[in-house]
Amino acid sequence: MIAAILSLTILGAALGIILGIANKLLKVEGNPVVEELIAMMPGSNCGQCGFPGCSGAATAIADGSAAPTCCPPGGKSLATAIAAKLGLTVDLSAMSDDGPKIAVVSEELCIGCCRCSKVCPTDAIIGAAKQVHNVFREACTGCSSCIEKCPTEALVMKPVPVTLQHWVMPKPLAA
Amino acid sequence: MGFMNLFKHFLGDDWGVHPDDHKRPAADQPVRVMPVPARLYLPLQQHLGGPARPVVLVGQKVKKGELIAEAQGMVSAPIHAPTSGTVAAVTEITAPHPSGLTLPAIILDADGADEWIALHGCADPFALDPAEIGKRVAAAGVVGLGGAAFPSAVKLIGASKAKVTTLVMNGGECEPYLSCDDRLMRDAAAGIVDGIRIMLHATGAKVALVGIEDNTPEAIAAMQAAAAGFDTVQIRPVPARYPMGSEKQLIQVLTGIEVPADGRPADIGVIVHNVGTALALRTAVREGKPLISRLVTINGNCASQPGNIEVRVGTLAEEVIAFAGGLKGEGLGLARRVMGGPMMGMQIPHWRVPVVKGTSGILAFDTVEVAEQEPNPCIRCGSCVKACPMGLLPLEMSSRIRNEAYGEAIDLGLKDCIACGCCAYVCPSKIPLVQYFVHAKGELASQDRAKLRGDATKKLALQRQERLEREAREKAEANAKRKAEREAAAKAKAAAEAAAASAAISAGQGAV
Repeated sequence: MIAAILSLTILGAALGIILGIANKLLKVEGNPVVEELIAMMPGSNCGQCGFPGCSGAATAIADGSAAPTCCPPGGKSLATAIAAKLGLTVDLSAMSDDGPKIAVVSEELCIGCCRCSKVCPTDAIIGAAKQVHNVFREACTGCSSCIEKCPTEALVMKPVPVTLQHWVMPKPLAA
Repeated sequence: MGFMNLFKHFLGDDWGVHPDDHKRPAADQPVRVMPVPARLYLPLQQHLGGPARPVVLVGQKVKKGELIAEAQGMVSAPIHAPTSGTVAAVTEITAPHPSGLTLPAIILDADGADEWIALHGCADPFALDPAEIGKRVAAAGVVGLGGAAFPSAVKLIGASKAKVTTLVMNGGECEPYLSCDDRLMRDAAAGIVDGIRIMLHATGAKVALVGIEDNTPEAIAAMQAAAAGFDTVQIRPVPARYPMGSEKQLIQVLTGIEVPADGRPADIGVIVHNVGTALALRTAVREGKPLISRLVTINGNCASQPGNIEVRVGTLAEEVIAFAGGLKGEGLGLARRVMGGPMMGMQIPHWRVPVVKGTSGILAFDTVEVAEQEPNPCIRCGSCVKACPMGLLPLEMSSRIRNEAYGEAIDLGLKDCIACGCCAYVCPSKIPLVQYFVHAKGELASQDRAKLRGDATKKLALQRQERLEREAREKAEANAKRKAEREAAAKAKAAAEAAAASAAISAGQGAV
């Protein structure tokens, strides 16, 4: 009687410890691909892709319900990086070819209401109350969340100006 | 393929191309010195690296050689006034660049006096500390005059740190049509040799090997005569072949050592400077004069009087051509305008583009020289593979780039491509091979920039989220604190009231 109770107790304790250790060691932490994709995304949670934030888009891309090209601020470079990671072929021609755009303030229309700077996910808009605002060209991701907040339509999306430092020799026409 | 050819092929000794050099008669004409034009256009970026920052105001009077824009950042070069006059404007002008885009520039109106600022030369540069020479060269705005315009002082200072043993002097002017280095070596050999000796002193290198192409015998003779008394300066004629004047090729021919991929010449103890740079460096150190003028070759079938002209930096190409005798037939047969050499130079949109420190030539080509032809499909003849001086496979790389498989092109060695254009030159199907590689390099650089930018904006987004959370937390804490204070105050008030009431009651009881 005692031997049976003892052996079953030991057995139970040993198996319990093994299960406990296994739970720690062999833990499955969600989908690791999604984590990696989130790390690659712009992280501004602008919502242009139609998903709730960058993590939502990453999940959708990982399970195949969204295309790698769904992120406008990420552009072609992000699309090719995601496609390479997931082993997909990606059709870049579907992405807008007119190049990236950024928000620009028309000084004569801005009334300094500060509504745009509050929604900017990267703090790219600077300006105090009742002062003309301005957009930091380098920090703007082109998510256009500020555009509809502007009461005077002073904010417009414009293509990033091409400078000598950014100019790329055009691809020769195919032979 | 004969046995010797096969042997040479395996030695890798048949790279490059032999274009018709078109150097004469321009090279045999004596140098003409162009007078200072009424207006000079000085781009703030005439060198590789960060643009210079203007230090003059519009309307300010400056003297010849006065600093008008200072270097900005680690790799940069200052810009000096090429003549005395008044700063007319700081504005955007057309850049000497194939894009036809603009870049900021200082516009200077010459006053005609051409009066120097006080100069601080040095009679004995060999008594100076090498670091001091580096400083003086940097202050004089000397950049590589071979075409790439890399700030010379950065190379000199880097060389003395990297324990360079050999100084390779580039007199291999391999680009067809150009003869400014040839002319400089014929006319100013003693000055160049003196400049080379100052460079040896500044870098700590033991020996200078001067590579000069064997199609310029006059230059070789002049340099040999000038270097006769100095064991440390050795004149080495090299076979005329394009791209002999490319840094990596010249090093390999002169020293027998190959610069590793992704490496720099300093990694194998070598530093390369152009012969023109040596002369500019000598002038900067001995006389204290900054780099404000250079030799420019005017050539091409459309140029009526080809030759070499000494021009102030900032002179418009239009005015240089007018001084040189203009274009044949008022420029009617003109098919292409090029700044630099025909192989690696830049096609420019019009002649109202200024000569900058790195401008070696102004070329006016007619239709015969341009000979444009529609590209045909690749016939896999392998001519480009044989011509490539870097031992790459241009035909394979271009087919990858055509399909935007940039990663595969990099695996095939795209990053080792020096964009010399030999492949496109020899291609019988006239495929614009080198244009593909330049495009791909630009595309890759822009993808890298986009990635850097993405990382930076991501950091900003995270910082913003953290800030919003912190603000919310602080607000909640402040609210909680205020609430606690309010409650404490209310409690204290209640207690005080209760105490007062009980006191009143007790007083009342006492009264009773």
